[in-house]
Amino acid sequence: MSAAREPYVGRRVKRTEDPRLIRGLAHYVDDLRFADLLHVSIVRSMYAHARIVSLDLAAARSAAGVVDVVTVEDLDRARIGDVPCAASMAGMKTPAHRPLARGKVRFVGEPVAAIVATSAYAARDAVDLVSFEFDPLDAAVDLEKALAPGSPLVHEELGTNKAFEWSVASGDLDAVFKSAAKVLTQRIVHQRLIPCPMEPRGCVAQYLPGERQLTLWTSTQIPHLVRTALAAVLGLAENRVRVVAPEVGGGFGAKLNFYAEEILLSVLAMRLGPRPVKWIATRREDFAATIHGRGQLGMIEGAADAEGRLLGIRYRSIQDLGAYPQLLAPAIPTLTGLMLPGCYKVGAMRMDLTGVYTNKMSTDAYRGAGRPEATYQIERLIDLVADELKLDPVEVRRRNFPAASEFPFKTASGLTYDSGDYRRAMDKALALAGYEKLRAEQQSARLEGRLLGVGVSSYVEICALGPSAALAAGGWESATVRIEPSGKVTVLTGASPHGQGQETSFAQLAADFLGTDLDDVIVKHGDTAEVQYGIGTFGSRATAVGGTALWHALGRVVEKAKRLAAHLLGAASAEAVGFEGGVFVANGKTLTLAELATAAHHAKSLPEGFEPGLQATYAFEPKNFTFPFGTHVCVVEVDRNTGDVRIVRYVAVDDCGRVLNPLLVDGQVHGGIVQALGQALFEEAVYDEGGQLVTGTFMDYALPRAHDCPRFETDRTETPTDVNPLGVKGVGEAGTIGATPAIVNAVVDALEPFGVRHVDMPLRPEKIWRLIQAGGKA
Amino acid sequence: MKLAVTVNEKAHEHEVEPRLLLVHYLREVLGLTGTHVGCETTLCGACTVLLDGVPVKACTVLAIQADGAKVVTIEGLEKDGVLDAMQQGFWECHGLQCGFCTPGMILAARDLLDRNPHPTEDQVRGGLDGNLCRCTGYQHIVDAVLHAAKKRGASAAPAPSPAATAAPGAGRHA
Amino acid sequence: MIPAPFDYAAPRTIDQALAALAEGGEGTKPLAGGQSLIPVLKLRLGSAERLLDLGRIPELRAIRADGDPLVFGAAATHAAIEDSAAVRAACPLFSEVAGRIGDRQIRNRGTLGGSLAHADPAADWPAAVLALEAVLVARGPGKVARSIAAREFFRGLMSTALAPGELLVEVRVRRPGAGGTAYQKVRQSASGFAIAGVAVVLEYGADRVCKRAGVGVTGVADRPYAALAVEKALTGRRLDEATLAAAAALVVEGVKDPLSDLHASGEYRLHLARVHGERALRRAAGLAPA
Repeated sequence: MSAAREPYVGRRVKRTEDPRLIRGLAHYVDDLRFADLLHVSIVRSMYAHARIVSLDLAAARSAAGVVDVVTVEDLDRARIGDVPCAASMAGMKTPAHRPLARGKVRFVGEPVAAIVATSAYAARDAVDLVSFEFDPLDAAVDLEKALAPGSPLVHEELGTNKAFEWSVASGDLDAVFKSAAKVLTQRIVHQRLIPCPMEPRGCVAQYLPGERQLTLWTSTQIPHLVRTALAAVLGLAENRVRVVAPEVGGGFGAKLNFYAEEILLSVLAMRLGPRPVKWIATRREDFAATIHGRGQLGMIEGAADAEGRLLGIRYRSIQDLGAYPQLLAPAIPTLTGLMLPGCYKVGAMRMDLTGVYTNKMSTDAYRGAGRPEATYQIERLIDLVADELKLDPVEVRRRNFPAASEFPFKTASGLTYDSGDYRRAMDKALALAGYEKLRAEQQSARLEGRLLGVGVSSYVEICALGPSAALAAGGWESATVRIEPSGKVTVLTGASPHGQGQETSFAQLAADFLGTDLDDVIVKHGDTAEVQYGIGTFGSRATAVGGTALWHALGRVVEKAKRLAAHLLGAASAEAVGFEGGVFVANGKTLTLAELATAAHHAKSLPEGFEPGLQATYAFEPKNFTFPFGTHVCVVEVDRNTGDVRIVRYVAVDDCGRVLNPLLVDGQVHGGIVQALGQALFEEAVYDEGGQLVTGTFMDYALPRAHDCPRFETDRTETPTDVNPLGVKGVGEAGTIGATPAIVNAVVDALEPFGVRHVDMPLRPEKIWRLIQAGGKA
Repeated sequence: MKLAVTVNEKAHEHEVEPRLLLVHYLREVLGLTGTHVGCETTLCGACTVLLDGVPVKACTVLAIQADGAKVVTIEGLEKDGVLDAMQQGFWECHGLQCGFCTPGMILAARDLLDRNPHPTEDQVRGGLDGNLCRCTGYQHIVDAVLHAAKKRGASAAPAPSPAATAAPGAGRHA
Repeated sequence: MIPAPFDYAAPRTIDQALAALAEGGEGTKPLAGGQSLIPVLKLRLGSAERLLDLGRIPELRAIRADGDPLVFGAAATHAAIEDSAAVRAACPLFSEVAGRIGDRQIRNRGTLGGSLAHADPAADWPAAVLALEAVLVARGPGKVARSIAAREFFRGLMSTALAPGELLVEVRVRRPGAGGTAYQKVRQSASGFAIAGVAVVLEYGADRVCKRAGVGVTGVADRPYAALAVEKALTGRRLDEATLAAAAALVVEGVKDPLSDLHASGEYRLHLARVHGERALRRAAGLAPA
């Protein structure tokens, strides 16, 4: 501890998480060791849509090592509830979602039965002994066909595949479209994606009958919410359920959910307790039965004046919900509606959304969650306007940005953007990219017959989710700061980081605040038995909301410490006590934090009314979302002979407010861009007409590899926000939101000589090649 | 069947089923859980270990095929409390986020430098073709490998193999 | 992720392996590098009563690149071939193809013979052995080895000229004469297999007249094939731009029913084979990329 040291905040501090991870000593769910562990294998549907005629489990039950087999009848008998959806829309038709299929299977991979055995090998072997008879039905796969009369119904009892309709609108759109100089229309597909965190889902459950205590170790982003949901489904008191998110190997929204398997494992644990039961998804299971992302089909229409000013936007879209509405699914596309105006002053807007059930895995939040769809629509639309009016797309953006002085800025969709300077971020990105020079290079490349394209995307995203009014289970976050008797600092956060690095950035905050060394601080998270209630990590909220809670808790604990210091140092009041570099000063005397912590715990001499101990908890309720923004510039070269797209350069200027640790922010930006790059170039969850998942393994679903990625050139602007006292906005999803349109705009720009206005993602080389063929010689 | 194998310089003997995968032997029998299972199609590289000195995907090797061999897992890299240069590089350069791919990534990257001590950035990217990362966007991983190369260059580096300087450009197109 | 149970044997000699194969019958499957077979077993897309591990037969792993022909044991790994300086000097096409297979971890296990015997229509090695007119040596229950011309080896989708009970033991490659070689491959973005792969051997002297042309194509049809029309169009001709372009147009001649999937339609595969065929021809002929 040294008073003179540089603050940790703002520095590229190496992560405190890493020593365990780089030595292979961390504990993901599958790494936890248990005595008497039982293993679960799940029998899944190989049909997209079929009636279950019979299911014969006798051979599986009597197989070597098999301990238990359950079907939906067992769940019904035990009165186990449905897999819940926490984001039901007004008037939504919601089907029963049993954790195991009853009567019918509705997607490939739907759980039908669970087998427990003494080893994972025995459990897997027993799956092959299950004989069943299915009566296959036609599947509802295509979104538009699923809404058409006569479509096979995913849930007959609902009488339709249409789950809900939702709209958001403002302004006189009809008048705007009537008076506009130009109206642009484009059908745009935002394809289904498969999140693929490198650690597949998995969980271990153990029930101790004596203690009547259930513990679920699960790879999740939201342990507290899982606990609440699990207790409700099982009919257990919440305080008899403990949920632990141990080391979590990536989530990206896929683990911002509550799954049938988490219920099943808990049910099995209660049948077999005290023996623990484990299930770890194979990658194939993770592909088939972990939520997918995106899956939105839409028609975007824009009305612009002759100078390229955007007057109005109309967007009609269909959201593919899959077979069942998972935890937050219906709410995801509503974020698209809220963010549809993007960075622009738009007079009028309307989005009409229809949610549809299909015989596919459910969709739900995937990195960006509804916002990439919005950004993609508006950023494609801006380029269409530029193309139509023969204006530079950069100029069209500039003409439509609100000025920095117009913030807080109220959008056409009813949001209030906290702060921003879109022009500054764009100008910085253009300068970094050398935009004018790139345009010149593009011209000379075209003369040589080379297809160079430059794409720009300006985005704004909604982060720091969020005010509790906006989230079903609350949008606040909590932190506890506990100064141990030795003066070591324990931080308990309700956020549940899984790669983002808050063990480090929160320790930076705490160490600076308390004047300790970084090593003196431990940040704990993810265990409902250890951490006070929390909401979790998603929606780029952990630092902006959870970090702010921590900041307040630190303030509280220091305030308390000062009261004791005043008492011990003989100062008149806490206000008369100075605190710097971990030392309390008053009356020319000093006390270290450690000395004070010891005194607070030993409690030999305390001021009147002072509670022994030294800890504080704070729950922070944000007053608004934050709205980070930025501009990305992408340069591509398209091989005119093969349609192959090569990203030549990629420049990103992001404004995520104040940066606690630039190293971590860079990492988030890079990773986010590459997930967008994956969507733009390769990734697509493909179901065939019969509802079979064609891209069911890494053999057919391509994640970007190192050689697919360019070296990213990143920079930042920093516009303060008053939404939280730290001034942080969030950065976890920025890259994913900003990058897809930059890449697609660049490719469309490269193909401009062939008259191409739009290409749907992913930009498979064959698709590009065909456009070049169709466009003829250019 | 009887399996005798040396893992991280320690000799082990076990009776194993022929079908037992090496990755399961390491994780479940020996308790070395740093080697992760990220897929079942030999594509993600999370289970990469060194088998007789060369990186392999332990999900696609039978334990019995390692009979008589020397295996090194991520747990075996640290020597006397000192991190391997590649581990150090990953830490210094923020070459990991969730950490799940990291053990395999580190072992593959070490081998890359063993064969080519002074790779270009493109060679590093191509050389990591067998390992998927969903978090980092790879840039900091590439930095970590280049960092380790520099660190290793400062000390004695193993001799490059003849093919090293011609490591294949591994773009999707030739 | 977990294979069904099987027995396992690891013979030490080819004779032992052949005896075990004869005794075991159809349920006995040779296990070479296992990089295709083990995933199939794990996904339970296939099964075996018994695996015969060929990885412990030293004579199968040998690489002799100092003579003519070069002789590769069937269990030589891709990485061993990729790394061999002698192979690089004598037959650079083999080095290049080896280095383009999968990834380094896969190349450390996967073997030349395993790949050829598996005969995946999108594998890389077939293009090379076809272009080089290699000789594949098989051994059956008898003592006598059988030589199979590479161009007679691939019989259909994942089917070869190997008879039941036969093992591929050796690959013999004639040392190419002066000239150039090249392998152009379009990788399937997920699996890394070839969507189209063209291996080219051109033998020519200072006069640039082509003495011999060998062209092998993979990834395009249900089996890899030698592009005979291209070879014919080049042999005896001067290797100038126009000749190469005209020859490249023939790369897919005779392909009636190209492979087609999510990643590339048949039409696009044929196109890619022509484009990359031309690129491979130009590279082998020492011309700058078009």
